[in-house]
Amino acid sequence: MSAAPTPSSEEDLPTPAVQNRRWIPRLVWVVPIVAAVIGISLLFRNWQNEGPRITISFLSGEGIQVGKTLVKYRDVTVGRVSAVALSADHQTVVVSADLSKDAASLLKADTQFWIVRPRIGVGAVSGLDTLLTGVYIGMKIGAGTLSERHFIGLENPPALSHGPHGRELQLHAARAGSLAIGAPVYFRQFQVGRVIDENLQPDGSTRVTAFVEAPYDGFVKPVTRFWNASGIDVKLGADGLNVQTESLAAMLAGGIAFDDGPIEALFFAAGGMPGEFTLYKNETEAMAPPDGDPHYVRMRFAQALRGLEVGAPVEFVGVNIGSVVAVDLGYDPRDKSFPVIVTAKLYPRRMGQAYEVLAAQGKTESVETLAAFVGTLVSRGLRAQPRSSSLLTGKLYIALDFLPASPRAAFDASIRPLELPTVNGTFQELEANVGRLVKKVNDLPLEQIAADLHTDLKDLHETLSELHAQVLPSAVDTLSALHKTLDSAERTLDVESPLQRGLTDTLSESRSTLQAVRELADYLDRHPDALLRGRRPQKMPQRPAALSSDDKP
Amino acid sequence: MPFSTEMTLAWLIAGIVLYIPANLLPVMHTSGLLGEADSTILGGILEFWRAGDWDIALLIFLASVAVPFTKFIAIGLLLLTVRKNSRWEQHQRTVLYRIVEFIGYWSMLDVIVVALTSALMQFQVLGTAEPRAGIAFFCAVVVVTMLSALSFDPRLIWDRPA
Repeated sequence: MSAAPTPSSEEDLPTPAVQNRRWIPRLVWVVPIVAAVIGISLLFRNWQNEGPRITISFLSGEGIQVGKTLVKYRDVTVGRVSAVALSADHQTVVVSADLSKDAASLLKADTQFWIVRPRIGVGAVSGLDTLLTGVYIGMKIGAGTLSERHFIGLENPPALSHGPHGRELQLHAARAGSLAIGAPVYFRQFQVGRVIDENLQPDGSTRVTAFVEAPYDGFVKPVTRFWNASGIDVKLGADGLNVQTESLAAMLAGGIAFDDGPIEALFFAAGGMPGEFTLYKNETEAMAPPDGDPHYVRMRFAQALRGLEVGAPVEFVGVNIGSVVAVDLGYDPRDKSFPVIVTAKLYPRRMGQAYEVLAAQGKTESVETLAAFVGTLVSRGLRAQPRSSSLLTGKLYIALDFLPASPRAAFDASIRPLELPTVNGTFQELEANVGRLVKKVNDLPLEQIAADLHTDLKDLHETLSELHAQVLPSAVDTLSALHKTLDSAERTLDVESPLQRGLTDTLSESRSTLQAVRELADYLDRHPDALLRGRRPQKMPQRPAALSSDDKP
Repeated sequence: MPFSTEMTLAWLIAGIVLYIPANLLPVMHTSGLLGEADSTILGGILEFWRAGDWDIALLIFLASVAVPFTKFIAIGLLLLTVRKNSRWEQHQRTVLYRIVEFIGYWSMLDVIVVALTSALMQFQVLGTAEPRAGIAFFCAVVVVTMLSALSFDPRLIWDRPA
């Protein structure tokens, strides 16, 4: 009920202007949100970049360190070992490795892993860097399509880790020689590949896997021959000493060489590439024309054959057509003798044109036709005869030769193996001749000759010693006397010698005397009276007065 | 200081969030003749401890683990009590705030260690050290927690409800 309106109540007061600054603390909340977003995005990226985890089992975990040992492909790090554990059966070491994300595509079912350690061999040195950095796990990507996470590691690194292009070849050999994995493969002394594997086959032979790099794999043809190039091949032939080796490394580590086979091989070669090549023992064997199957023959010699060894050649008219396989002692109950039975294998193909003719007639097919052929040869005088190949060593070989003068021999074509008639060797005659020669030498009166010679030598010695004792000293005296004489003569004739000097003085004195005499003669000539009156005092010659004035113009 | 508690809380949460990647990510990458390695903070502490350098391990542990945790817990405690207008141990809580403010920059020790190491260890093949992302996060943690401590108004400890 008051007249004047007074601001009695608070409602009438003007509302204070409150500045709304709530957006500043709201802005602060951006900070934790941003931090959270960054953190989460980082974790997400980490998780996304997480590569596959693989396990590899090895027989030994030597040198592998968790967190340090790397997994490398083509020397680029693709992962790291994250754990090493024993397998449940304690037989292997299971290595877990975290690979980077992009390495996932490398993990095929046949991808190979191995531990790289330093290896020092004759052929190559590898992995030396692991001496300092420790071992690492190498890998070779497989060709398969299936993906895999669990692998079985190799104990030895594969010979070819980065799969160069080329051709793998299987070689079959009776024995590997000194070949080692990694040994070089040569084509005309140029290294074109390596031995990547060798193993023993169930039949006891050796299978060698060689790799020939592109583009040299084109040199491998169906007719190519491979041979073991290990070591040195030293041959002493008619043309001198011949040493052959592919390289120093091949000498130590072994190696394989290959080349086109002999021309004859071209005719026998089948069209396609063989699945397996034969690895020959050496080049000579590899390059020999194909021999075909051997035929075995037996020969019975009624003669001691010392010096005939297994492997000795069998020559047909001087051409090697086979070798001795066995030398046995036989027994003949009829005359209680001990013949020597020699078994040899012959390669009919080595008989050249004769074989070709036979082959044309189809006679090489069966042993029967071959036996009939041999029968005709025997009737023409074919005989086996041991001969000496070298007088020095006493080695024997078997010669098959036509000896028409030899007595007729029975040839039974039905016996297997074929039995060839033989004649005894001529080397025993030779021995007898040598014996006679030795006897003659023995019969020589060598002792008498020696005694005579001895006496003569003694006489000669006496004469010489006499000469030495008597003649030589007097000769020395004479020589020294002569030397003295020559010496004094030289001294006498010397320019500086008193004799020379006296002579010179005398000559000059006599010259001046002669001059004085000539002057006297002159004087007397002009003044003959001087002889009586004596010498007149001499007038001093006048000095010419005009001499000095004449000089002046 | 207006909205002190809200700002402090925001910085504190940011610090805690950043502390996670700071510990998970490697802080330094060393490479040398004997291989290369990424080391995290905790991994580095363990490595020093195993190598027998327990004093260095302890120092790094204090600077990079104990101090940040102390700060997180202390600031969290202060915020909680202020929000509840608690009258509990007001003086001690003020002392706690001063301590948090003081120890804040000691956490930079780790950052300095990494910076020095990567600056000095540059021997090419023999050995090099490079900082990695983790140390940036750690640095951010230190800065953010210091901001958090700075935005806290210690007078709020003594405020009474109206």
